[in-house]
Amino acid sequence: MEEIYVKFVSQKISKTRWRPLPPGSLQTVETFATESWDNEESYVSPWSIGDFGNLDSDGGFEGDHQLLCDIRHHGDVMDLQFFDQERIVTASSTGYVTVFLHHPNNQTLSVNQQWTTAHYHPGPGSPSHSGAPCAAVVCNNPEIVTVGEHGRINLFKADHKEAIRTIDNADSSTFHAVTFLQTPEILTVNSIGQLKTWNFRQQGNEPSHILSLTSDRVPLHCHVVATGGQDGILSIWDVRQGTMPVSLLKAHEAEMWEPTVLRLKYFLSENVLTRFLFQELGLSEGRTLSAP
Amino acid sequence: MEELDGEPAVTVIPGVNSKKNQMCFDWGPGEMLVCETSFSKKEKSEMVPSCPFIYIIRKDVDVYSQILRKLFNESHGIFLGLQRIDEELTGKSRKSQLVRVSKNYRSVIRACMEEMHQVAIAAKDPASGRQFSSQVSILSAMELIWNLCEILFIEVAPAGHLLLHLLDWVRLHVCEVDSLSADVLGSENPSNHDSFWNLPGNTQTLTELELKWQHWHEECERYLQDSTFATNPHLESLLKIMLGDEAALLEQKELLSNWYHFLVTRLLYSNPTVKPIDLHYYAQSSLDLFLGGESSPEPLDNILLAAFEFDIHQVIKECSIALSNWWFVAHLTDLLDHCKLLQSHNLYFGSNMREFLLLEYASGLFAHPSLWQLGVDYFDYCPKLGRVSLELHIERIPLNTEQKALKVLRICEQRQMTEQVRSICKILAMKAVRNNRLGSALSWSIRAKDAAFATLVSDRFLRDYCERGCFSDLDLIDNLGPAMMLSDRLTFLGKYREFHRMYGEKRFADAASLLLSLMTSGIAPRSFWMTLLTDALPLLEQKQVIFSAEQTYELMQCLEDLTSRRPVRGESDIQQLQDEDIETTKVEMLRLALARNLARAIIREGSLEGS
Repeated sequence: MEEIYVKFVSQKISKTRWRPLPPGSLQTVETFATESWDNEESYVSPWSIGDFGNLDSDGGFEGDHQLLCDIRHHGDVMDLQFFDQERIVTASSTGYVTVFLHHPNNQTLSVNQQWTTAHYHPGPGSPSHSGAPCAAVVCNNPEIVTVGEHGRINLFKADHKEAIRTIDNADSSTFHAVTFLQTPEILTVNSIGQLKTWNFRQQGNEPSHILSLTSDRVPLHCHVVATGGQDGILSIWDVRQGTMPVSLLKAHEAEMWEPTVLRLKYFLSENVLTRFLFQELGLSEGRTLSAP
Repeated sequence: MEELDGEPAVTVIPGVNSKKNQMCFDWGPGEMLVCETSFSKKEKSEMVPSCPFIYIIRKDVDVYSQILRKLFNESHGIFLGLQRIDEELTGKSRKSQLVRVSKNYRSVIRACMEEMHQVAIAAKDPASGRQFSSQVSILSAMELIWNLCEILFIEVAPAGHLLLHLLDWVRLHVCEVDSLSADVLGSENPSNHDSFWNLPGNTQTLTELELKWQHWHEECERYLQDSTFATNPHLESLLKIMLGDEAALLEQKELLSNWYHFLVTRLLYSNPTVKPIDLHYYAQSSLDLFLGGESSPEPLDNILLAAFEFDIHQVIKECSIALSNWWFVAHLTDLLDHCKLLQSHNLYFGSNMREFLLLEYASGLFAHPSLWQLGVDYFDYCPKLGRVSLELHIERIPLNTEQKALKVLRICEQRQMTEQVRSICKILAMKAVRNNRLGSALSWSIRAKDAAFATLVSDRFLRDYCERGCFSDLDLIDNLGPAMMLSDRLTFLGKYREFHRMYGEKRFADAASLLLSLMTSGIAPRSFWMTLLTDALPLLEQKQVIFSAEQTYELMQCLEDLTSRRPVRGESDIQQLQDEDIETTKVEMLRLALARNLARAIIREGSLEGS
C-alpha cells in the first residue's frame, strides 16, 4: 500500500492547488500551495513534497512535505489558483483579489499586484469598507476572472491596473464558483443551482445561456461538466443536452464547491469518459452516462 | 456552596486605575469585558476622567496556541471514538479498549510536548523560550497525572502488576535513569531476581511470588545481620537499600528526583506485592519523609496523593483549580465516566460532573474563530444541556462569508435545529436587503421557510417594479417553482411575472385569465390593483376580443371596488385603507375601454360561430 504522509498545520485549509508544470515537461509535480481560512490570521503557503535527491530504498520520495514559505493574507482566502509557474492569485473574503509572486531563490512570497475594489457593495460609504466576499477565481494566462458573493463578475488582465470588463448584478443570488469552458467563455455556478455561461466577446451583460433543472434545451459546445451540491450529490451535466443533469452520484458527505470541466478531447467514447471521470474523482462505483 | 480553598489570583489590567475609579464588567461565553467607569471610589458624586478603553479579558489563552491546537484537534477525534465504543462491550474487551483510548490521549500529550520542546529550544528570545518551557512542564505534569490515573482507575492493576506499572510510570517521567534499580539488577542473587522479574506472561500466582520474595528478603536480612559485607560500606548500604530501609534510601536523595520516585523505589524493596488499597499509606509517608518538613507540598503533589487515595473527585477538583483550561479535566472525567467510576453526583444546576466539564470546555472552543466546529461534537454528547447550549452558541458565530454560513446551516439542519436555521437565514437575508441584493434575500427567506420575510422582500420587489417599470432578478423569480407557495405575496410576485411572460409570448387569453384571477382570488395587494388594471388596458385594446363578457363584468367590478373605496374581497378589515391617489383620467380610460370591450364581447358571444 502506498504511504500516506500526514502533517498537522494548525489551520483550517480550504483549497490546495498543484503548481502547473512548464509545457513539455516530463517531471512529476512537486509543489503545491495551500491557503487557510476561518482563523484570526490567514496564510497562503507553498509546499514542496519530496526531499530533493532523497530517495528511499523503493525509489520513492521519502518523508514529509516541507513548507517553503508563507505570507499573511488580508481576510479569509476563499479561492486560490496558480496563474503561472511563479504567480498565485487569491480571492479574499474582504473583496480583494491579490497576485502573489513566489521567489524560488530566497523562498519568499511577495504581493505582486492587488485589486482592492474588485468586489464591494455599492452604496453609501467607500468601497473598502463594504467589501463583498470574492467567492472564486479562475485563471487562463493572461486573464483572470473573479466572481463575488454579491453577483459581480470581473475580468482582469495581469499587470493591468483596472478590470478589463465588469458585469454587475450578473446573478441575483450568490456565485459559488467559476471555471473556464473555452476562452472567452466562462461557466458560473450559483447558490440556487443554476449554471450560466458568459461570453466576454459579446457585448451586453446577459449570460449566453442558463442551465438549470427547469430550463429548455440549449445547444452548446461538446463539454461535460460536473458540479457538486450541498448535500454531497455530484451532478454530471452534458452541456449539449442542456436540460437536467445526465447523472447524479452520491459522492461526499458534505458540500462540494467547484465545478470541474472535463474537456471532451480527452475522451473517445462514453466508456472511456466514465472511467476517466471516476479515476479523477476517486469514486469506486461505476456508472455510465447515457448516450445523447 | 463550598468555600474557596485559596485566594484567587489577581490580574492587573494596564491603564485601569482600580484604586481611583470604580470598574464595571460583564461576562461573555469565554471572555469578560471590563472598563473603568467615571464614578470615583471615594466621593460618589464626583465624576473624574477615566481610561477610555474597554478591555476584553480572556482566561483561556491556550486555545490560541498553535501547538496546543493539535492537542485539541487530535483529542477531539479520540473523544468521538470513545463515545462510539459499543455500550454492549463488557469485561476484559471493554477494559482493553478503554486503556487504549487512555494511551491515545497520552500519546497526543506527549507529541505536543515534543513539539513544544523543539520550539522552546529554537526560540529566538529568552522570554518566549521560557514561556514554551513552562508549557512543556505543564504538559508533562498533565501526562504524569493522566498516566497514574490510567494505572489506578482504568487499568485497575492488581497487586503484583501494580508495582510494575508504577515502575514504568516513574521510569517514563524521571529524566535520569533509575540507577539504583539498575545496580540491584546486576547484583547478587540473580536467579531469584530473574524469576521475580519474569512476571509478565508468568503463570505464578501472587502467593507464590510473595513467598519467593519473602525468601529472598529474609536472605538479605541474614546477610545484614551477619555483617557479611561489613568491610565494604558501599555494599552494606546497598544491602540496606535492597531491604527497603528508608533512611538508606533517603541518603541517596539526589538520585531520587521526587517523592513518588522515592515511593516506588521503597515499595520495590519493601513491599513489591503491595495492594492498591494500601498505596495511600505509603504515599503519604513517602511524601512526608521526602520533603522532610523543609518544603510544603505543591499542587501536583496533592493531586498525585489524591489519586493514590483513590479519591477521583478530589483529583478532578484539584486539577480544575491548578490548570488554566478545561481540556484536561473534561477529557479525563469523560473517560472515567465511561469506566463507570463516577457516581451520578448531581451538581447544583442539574447536570452531572462529566457534562458540566464538557460544556465548559466546549463553550471555550466556541470563543475561538476556528475551533467552534470541534465544540459542536462535544455538545452533541451532553445529553441534558448539550442541545440547548449548542442552540445558543451557534447563533452567535460571526458569519462574514456565505461559505461559512452554509457550513453552520448544515450543522443546524443535521440536528433539526429549525429555529436556529430560521434565525441565521434571517440574519443573512437582512444583510442582503441592506446591500440591496433582493434576490439573495429572497432565496435566504425561502430557505428559512420564513413567510413573513418573504412577504417583505416581495413587497420590495414590487415597489421596485413600480418605480422602474421592469423586474430585477428574473433568473430567481422565474425559477421559484414550488417555493412560490411560501407566502401570498411571493405567489403574487411569481404569478405576476408569469403574466408578463405570457404577454411577451403573445398568449393573450391565458394572460388575461391570469390577470383577472390575481385580483379576484385576493392575492393581489390592493395597492397594486391599479397597476394590474392598467396592465389590462393593452389587452382590452387588442383587435381581437380577449376578455369575455363575464370577465369584463368582473373587471368592472374590481374597478368600481377600487374607486369607491369599499372593502375589497379578501382584504383584511384591520388594515387601514390608505388614501389612494387615483388618477381620474386613468379611471376614465379604463371605464371606456371596459365598456367598449364589453360591447364587442357581447356581440361576439351572441353571434353564431363562423357567421
